[in-house]
Amino acid sequence: MAPTLPIYMDYHATTPLDRRVLDAMLPYFCETFGNAASRSHVFGWRAEEAVEVARERVARLIGADSSKEIAFTSGATESDNLAIKGVAEFYKDKGDHIITSAIEHKAVLDSCKRLEKQGFKVTYLGVDKQGMVSPDDVARAITDKTILVSIMLANNEVGTVQPIAEIGAVTRKRGVLLHCDAVQGVGKVPFDVAKMHVDLASISAHKMYGPKGVGALYVRRSKPRVRLVAQMDGGGHERGMRSGTLNVPGIVGFGRAAELATSEGEAEAMRLTTLRERLAKKLFQIEAVTLNGHPTARLPGNLNVAFSYVEGEAMMMAIRDVAVSSGSACTSASLEPSYVLRAMGVDEEFAHSSIRFGLGRFTTEEEVDYVGQLVTDKVHALREMSPLWEMAQAGIDLKSIEWAAH
Amino acid sequence: MAYSEKVIEHYENPKNVGTLDKDADDVGTGLVGAPACGDVMRLQIKVSDEGVIEDAKFKTFGCGSAIASSSLATEWLKGKRVDEAETIKNSMIAEELNLPPVKIHCSVLAEDAIKSAIADFKQKQAAKRALQGG
Ligand SMILES: Cc1ncc(COP(=O)(O)O)c(C=O)c1O
Repeated sequence: MAPTLPIYMDYHATTPLDRRVLDAMLPYFCETFGNAASRSHVFGWRAEEAVEVARERVARLIGADSSKEIAFTSGATESDNLAIKGVAEFYKDKGDHIITSAIEHKAVLDSCKRLEKQGFKVTYLGVDKQGMVSPDDVARAITDKTILVSIMLANNEVGTVQPIAEIGAVTRKRGVLLHCDAVQGVGKVPFDVAKMHVDLASISAHKMYGPKGVGALYVRRSKPRVRLVAQMDGGGHERGMRSGTLNVPGIVGFGRAAELATSEGEAEAMRLTTLRERLAKKLFQIEAVTLNGHPTARLPGNLNVAFSYVEGEAMMMAIRDVAVSSGSACTSASLEPSYVLRAMGVDEEFAHSSIRFGLGRFTTEEEVDYVGQLVTDKVHALREMSPLWEMAQAGIDLKSIEWAAH
Repeated sequence: MAYSEKVIEHYENPKNVGTLDKDADDVGTGLVGAPACGDVMRLQIKVSDEGVIEDAKFKTFGCGSAIASSSLATEWLKGKRVDEAETIKNSMIAEELNLPPVKIHCSVLAEDAIKSAIADFKQKQAAKRALQGG
């Protein structure tokens, strides 16, 4: 049976709201609309109660000891900024060195860049061909000036899952704080701030079937107690870490989404891995297709592949009824191919030919089969139009040609 | 990014995809761009004894706008005299296809491909004359 078009396969960018999440949120718009900070009446108490239930659920999802360790934010961009800048500002007398990786999200990288302008020193660790950060590299980069290490749980482009537990063992032993941008991995791959010795963690509701514009920062309260300087001044909400009236319906939705991820995440991950492998099996029947990222340590719903001799944006245009994303230059205003693929040492021509398929909760087998066949047909059609494919078929080594870079 | 209707039309029904014999005297071939930059165009023209472009073919590795630019270029080339063809400018292609600023480089590449194909053809003709003359 043909699936309904268009098909959404871009679950790393955002996810649809789960109906159950919407149902949980609805009463908090018109009926229970109070300000959670209103301490003097029942409207405020009810809102606060609902927020605290959500806080518990988010804490449970990531293995936090106490819900007091969760501060709600406007999303993971804010969480990343708050974690990195807030820690840097608080501990600046202790040290001025931060370690991160070259494949972090821009919210982390650009926060670090800003700190560099303020005089901090930042080490951007490289990754291996499969996008993996080495815990040994982390250990080697730590100096007596290092205050923070920030490494993501799973990469948003290539899906590689980082060895956070091993990195946590290193940072704990050396007395350095560990921040983890867990946005893409939480609820999909194992993540436990206690077991992995994570001191700060960023998460975002809209990547886990919750609403957009809501996130959280986990801030450890004991062993060690993490301190940070708030980056926004105001009423001192969220234990002084993040001022601003709480987005109660959003937070309630986030809590429900976290609860669903806790109870259903593991089964969903298995289902998605099966679907992902089904798509991979079909696509790898095509000649000259390579996998970007790690073959096993990867997000269940992530498949990132390079279709050699076919440009990524042309591919996306050919499958316009399927929403995917590309590592090609053309999709960004900067015309630079993906910095993640580049950091992994992927040849630029492969980067231009890379497509990211993101599968999620509502992806069906019919959709996977439809996309697998459609992409196969289009790769063949675009190769018929590709001078590079013709040259490769004629046995010409494309690397032997002196291309004029423009 | 949203595409203009004209880009989509050329992309869905590209005109003149194919290959001419690059070793033939009356064929000029231009190969421009680089795989690492995400676009490579090969444009070929076949020129009659009267100096008229009888046929034009292209193959392009690149985004939809690059494919549309090359398709349009081949359409415009056919039936033109070589000296007329030399007057095709990237701005004309960009305007016809409604290319947004980030895609202007696709039309630049198409102009380069036209120039390069004509240069190749002229070089072959000069070599032929030299051979006949000598
Ligand atoms: C790894 C990672 N970190 C941070 C973010 C930013 O999250 P948000 O959209 O909640 O600001 C994203 C989403 O784009 C992401 O994928």
